Amino acid sequence: MLHLVVCMKQVPDSREIRIDPKTNTLVRQGVPAIVNYFDLHALEEALRVKDEHGARVTVISMGPPSAEKALRQCVSMGADEGILVSDRAFAGADTLATSYVLAMAIQKAEDEWGPVDIVFCGKQTLDGDTGQVGPGVACRLDIDQLTYVEKVESLDPVKREIIVHRHLEDGVERVKARLPVLITALAELNRPRRAGLPGVLRAARYQPIVWTTNDFPNMDRSKIGLRGSPTIVSKTWVPEPKQVNTEFIEGDDPAVTAQELLGRLYATDLPQKLGWA
Amino acid sequence: MRTTVLQSGNLPISKMWPRIGDEIVADERFDAVVVGAGPAGTAAAYTMAKGGLKVALIERGEFPGAKNIFGGVLYRKQLEDLIPEFWKEAPLERTIVEQRLWILGGDSAVTFGHRNLKYKEPPNCWTGLRVKFDQWFAGKAEQAGAIPIYETVVTELLLENGRVVGVRTDREDGDLRANIVVIADGVNSLLGKSLGIHREWRPDEVSLAVKEVIALPKQTIQDRFNLEDDEGCTIEFVGHMHGMAGLGFLYTNQDTLSLGVGVMVSDLRNKRIKPYEVLEGIKRHPMIQRLIQGGEVKEYSGHLIPEGGLDSMPPLAGDGWMICGDAAQMVNAVHREGTNLAVTSGRLAGETAIAAHAKGDFSAAALDEYTKAVRDSFIYKDLKKYRGVHGLLAMGASDLLFEKFPQALNDAAYEMLLVDGVPKKVKQKAAVGHLRDVAGGNWKLLRLALKGWRAMNG
Ligand SMILES: Cc1cc2nc3c(=O)[nH]c(=O)nc-3n(C[C@H](O)[C@H](O)[C@@H](O)COP(=O)(O)OP(=O)(O)OC[C@H]3O[C@@H](n4cnc5c(N)ncnc54)[C@H](O)[C@@H]3O)c2cc1C
Ligand SMILES: Cc1cc2nc3c(=O)[nH]c(=O)nc-3n(C[C@H](O)[C@H](O)[C@H](O)COP(=O)(O)OP(=O)(O)OC[C@H]3O[C@@H](n4cnc5c(N)ncnc54)[C@H](O)[C@@H]3O)c2cc1C
Repeated sequence: MLHLVVCMKQVPDSREIRIDPKTNTLVRQGVPAIVNYFDLHALEEALRVKDEHGARVTVISMGPPSAEKALRQCVSMGADEGILVSDRAFAGADTLATSYVLAMAIQKAEDEWGPVDIVFCGKQTLDGDTGQVGPGVACRLDIDQLTYVEKVESLDPVKREIIVHRHLEDGVERVKARLPVLITALAELNRPRRAGLPGVLRAARYQPIVWTTNDFPNMDRSKIGLRGSPTIVSKTWVPEPKQVNTEFIEGDDPAVTAQELLGRLYATDLPQKLGWA
Repeated sequence: MRTTVLQSGNLPISKMWPRIGDEIVADERFDAVVVGAGPAGTAAAYTMAKGGLKVALIERGEFPGAKNIFGGVLYRKQLEDLIPEFWKEAPLERTIVEQRLWILGGDSAVTFGHRNLKYKEPPNCWTGLRVKFDQWFAGKAEQAGAIPIYETVVTELLLENGRVVGVRTDREDGDLRANIVVIADGVNSLLGKSLGIHREWRPDEVSLAVKEVIALPKQTIQDRFNLEDDEGCTIEFVGHMHGMAGLGFLYTNQDTLSLGVGVMVSDLRNKRIKPYEVLEGIKRHPMIQRLIQGGEVKEYSGHLIPEGGLDSMPPLAGDGWMICGDAAQMVNAVHREGTNLAVTSGRLAGETAIAAHAKGDFSAAALDEYTKAVRDSFIYKDLKKYRGVHGLLAMGASDLLFEKFPQALNDAAYEMLLVDGVPKKVKQKAAVGHLRDVAGGNWKLLRLALKGWRAMNG
């Protein structure tokens, strides 16, 4: 049976994010935490492979204990196991340290449940936004990486071949690769499912597996957490909002105000830009 | 976020996903399923889970409380019966030490109130916000063993030979079977309606409430309401609502104020006034305006309040089901109590379920113990006392009771306290005469007073 791993990060809901005007950092307190948007698509694709070919789906997340909730959500959708890699020693990790720990965790999952065939990551996160973790994990596992995947065209578990479409800036690339591979998912890849009731029941009772540094005897302590993170955030600031001119067109008769609006729009260069003129 | 789909056009968009092949048994059976994780449902789920029953708690919101609103004052007694000393851990806003009642005139008010620091120890009631409170309360039920099923709507009851045997949800493979279904789905209670135990509420059986949460600095709130630390104050007000039967409230939270009005739906309909217009009018009243000024409106929401009282209460139990809280019209509108009736009814339903489970009897006769328990409780007794209030309000005297009288009272107070050389005796006579004129004569005033007295004293 195929073994699929999904890397999932719990992130603050970006719709409700605020920035502390004094410190210029994200206010995380009181902001609901959700499964990173792209990771839902990564999980959905893994579940589709499971539905079609049969597979074991393991979700791994590095984060604080509160990330258990996000792991339960993944289990409700159909993941077999949720693993929380959590330890104070992991705190403050940048993408280098994060991908090191995740790669170690995937290797441990291989020890537990057999070799991994596909690792699914999101394209990027809603908070850190770097898009570096997936490629970082692939490098450390020394497997091929298929980034920005918008479609899995075919998967042949016997021939161990996968064909995907990668969405690039100037077009779409159709690529064939041999398993094992790492895929980073775009939102176009699929539409994440809503968990069925049996899944919700299972998730409500499910206790995610927790791995701490103790579970990784071979882990290089200098490569994790703040110590293993060479990135220095030297300054953060909030960009000035762009100045826009707002004009109000007042009036009681919509037909008249609409006419007025059109008149004013046609007085600008907008119609030309849009090719109406 | 980029959401454009494949540009090249010759590649098909991914096909829809196949059904999830989950090996978990779908026909798992529960001892009890509770619909709705408001105060009533959660109290029922908590009680049953503690009693060792296998319980599922279903809530349509993203989490319990996510979309729920109330005024809100939470009372100690009934919740304490369930969770001793709950206030030491529950997310409450302020401990109420003062309650005020204002009778509003156009730009004036006659005020009553009571402040007493004895209300702090033991605490009597608190202000609260349901986003936080419901979530905490449901968490207690989860800890006790209730299985949370959130973001899930119960679409119908499963019936077999006239017995309720479970619920259908809007999720895939979404049927859940249970020996008992506790219906606690709030005032609209589609499930109660589907059972045929009540019809659509009449416009005079419900009030429509709108509420704003207004943010102000903690210190500003404490200064404006004369409070220290976690002390809180509530203001209820009548009058100045376009002559409609309504009650307004202004409550202090930690760093927000809850301001709202609830108006009888039949009056809103007759006068063709929108509830937010009533609230806007109230916000401009000088007594209120000064307390909220400078605040930022953080939330606006609306909700129905059941106000039919005892005569609107449906049958409470049947084969395999019980109904609690707002869904059963259990609100004491005179004292703005609802959550405590909900909690108690939920607890009583839970206790009945535990007994029924022990006997293995889930028939209407067995579950009717719940009806008896409600009858013996303060829920029934209080609603009985105020049984006539609904009739009094529905008889079309709203304009008189909620506009003309309050204004006359304000006018009288003004005259009495004005020092202008007119003898007090003359002033008193004029004031009483004024009230009589407003009522339409001595006889009418007397009859109204009698009706009012009866309504308030069952
Ligand atoms: C505002 C802000 C700015 C930052 N700037 C930098 C920076 O410039 N350089 C830097 O190195 N770090 C930076 N960090 C820290 C860094 O983003 C995170 O600490 C790192 O853990 C993950 O990087 P990411 O969130 O950008 O993930 P991405 O690389 O965007 O994530 C891609 C995918 O990797 C997987 N993934 C990522 N994190 C996890 C996880 N913890 N567990 C499981 N799967 C995961 C998911 O599948 C995800 O979709 C910043 C963090 C913040 C909040
Ligand atoms: C503006 C306002 C002010 C109030 N002020 C006070 C006050 O100060 N003090 C006080 O004690 N009471 C007050 N009340 C009354 C009090 O809020 C209610 O009496 C109480 O909340 C009733 O509890 P309940 O559990 O019966 O219903 P609700 O609190 O309405 O809970 C019902 C729950 O069921 C869920 N639900 C509904 N249908 C379904 C379905 N089909 N499937 C799944 N879930 C479903 C809902 O999402 C909701 O969470 C006020 C009410 C309002 C509207």
